[in-house]
Amino acid sequence: MMTDLNAMTIADARNNLRAGEITSEELTEACLTAIDGAGALGAFVHHTPEIAREQAKAADARLQAGDAPSMCGIPLGIKDLFCTKGVPSQAASGILKGFKPEYESTVSQNLFDAGAVMLGKLNMDEFAMGSSNETSVYGNAVNPWRRGNDEMALTPGGSSGGSASAVSADLCLGATGTDTGGSIRQPAAFTGITGIKPTYGRCSRWGIVAFASSLDQAGPMTKSVRDAAIMLEAMCSHDPKDSTSADIPVPDFEAMLTGDIRGKKIGIPKEYHMDGMPEEIETHWTQGKDMLADAGAEIVDISLPHTKYALPAYYVIAPAEASSNLARYDGVRYGHRAKLAQGDGITEMYEKTRAEGFGAEVQRRVMIGTYVLSAGFYDAYYNRARKVRALIKKDFEDVFDAGIDAILTPATPSAAFELGRKSDDPVEMYLNDVFTVTVNLAGLPGIAVPTGLNRNGLPLGLQLIGRPWEEGDLLNTAYALEAAAGFVAKPGKWW
Amino acid sequence: MSIDTATAAKVAKLARIRVEEDDLPALANEFNTILGFIDQLNEVDVEGVEPMVSVTPMRLKRREDVVTDGDQQDKVLSNAPDAREGFFAVPKVVE
Repeated sequence: MMTDLNAMTIADARNNLRAGEITSEELTEACLTAIDGAGALGAFVHHTPEIAREQAKAADARLQAGDAPSMCGIPLGIKDLFCTKGVPSQAASGILKGFKPEYESTVSQNLFDAGAVMLGKLNMDEFAMGSSNETSVYGNAVNPWRRGNDEMALTPGGSSGGSASAVSADLCLGATGTDTGGSIRQPAAFTGITGIKPTYGRCSRWGIVAFASSLDQAGPMTKSVRDAAIMLEAMCSHDPKDSTSADIPVPDFEAMLTGDIRGKKIGIPKEYHMDGMPEEIETHWTQGKDMLADAGAEIVDISLPHTKYALPAYYVIAPAEASSNLARYDGVRYGHRAKLAQGDGITEMYEKTRAEGFGAEVQRRVMIGTYVLSAGFYDAYYNRARKVRALIKKDFEDVFDAGIDAILTPATPSAAFELGRKSDDPVEMYLNDVFTVTVNLAGLPGIAVPTGLNRNGLPLGLQLIGRPWEEGDLLNTAYALEAAAGFVAKPGKWW
Repeated sequence: MSIDTATAAKVAKLARIRVEEDDLPALANEFNTILGFIDQLNEVDVEGVEPMVSVTPMRLKRREDVVTDGDQQDKVLSNAPDAREGFFAVPKVVE
């Protein structure tokens, strides 16, 4: 018997679509039905069934005509951070309430050009600032995974929490995510799916609501490494509308999945053995190392000496860029404007609009960014952080120059935690990104692969970090790890 | 470095975010926690290190200095909270 259509991988669906075994309309209906039954997950926040049905019909026509790229007819969820023409795009913020872009982001346009189908928009942390999807104006997204029979609601991670929840619960075949400090890889690890952040510059940032422009990258969140390769290729392009978009060819990533990693050098950075890290994370990491060694890779102990300073540097650079990027939300051109009192002038309009429209975490980061950029502190904080960032990047360059092909680390310092548990301590929340944030600071590609379950039955993931622009090789190493781990578990349906 | 309520108020003002007087002490506290975390950066020897400008060593592209876009006033104004006669409308700025 064929699996439920919505539970298919992109690769399987593509093959069945091309063979005429199924249609995109059937596939799309299966996903729409799954979405309708999954309100409790809080994953989809804007539903676009009319657009989906229309796109599915067009995709079926292309398939019939034999003109079918890999993503043709594949139903996806799109993170709310992507501007989608005529469809609410709010970055999960109250300040963009009612905003319907007149244009389409380059990444979503690339997917639609390849024939993909949009089911709707996905929940996330407000402006992608968060690691638990608890700062969203729409309310929490919930992890489909639970600890055995315990009904405690767990976070799907963040900021791409809705994307992770939707893919993990088979509401769609894949989803777009974005990653500024770990926002694709951490939620992927928390929900037992695959997520890759490509090299900075691979995906155009045009039309994606900006958080920290020197760190933001889009990437796919999928059910397998092969799917990640297929969807990433469709998302990438050179785009003159993003001046940091790389003008280099996009390879056929899927064709690079051979599973052969014999002789590859895999680095194990000693600085990622953190104090107080749970035993199960350490054990899981060791198991991953053994899997790659068994597949013929050479395991090499390496050092990335400035790792400890990545999070503090990030929490200067990201808020600084955010304070600048978010200055545009002023109640003039789009979104929310506060009701003004008699005699209020333009300054009151700005201040009231931003106080009402931004949530607590966004306000906090905008103000921290304002502070570190203010006269007298710019050198002490912002310039120092940019120097430390240069050192962090050099750490990676040194190990790659020494012949390392990829680096294996845990994806997260723990499995998914309870919603509400960490929301009152900003710094404790920030520590979630301890293994992922270095990759953004260095502009490198990184992928989270689900590799096992912890003792409570929750998924755990490992992260592989690759050389710049070598996503193909990185995906192949991830493919070998995926094959060795043989992770097939799915969350039991309770929603 | 410790942030007092006066500094917190100044930062809120610079960021154009209204913060009620009563909320300033808690805000100053949060700033101090975060800045305390950031202060670890002072342990790093950054002597002679250039601050990073671009994470990928690429030259920004140039193009002809010509108009490539425009004539879409309606679209530009379509999301404005208050648009009148082809303009964004705001409270009176000049007395």
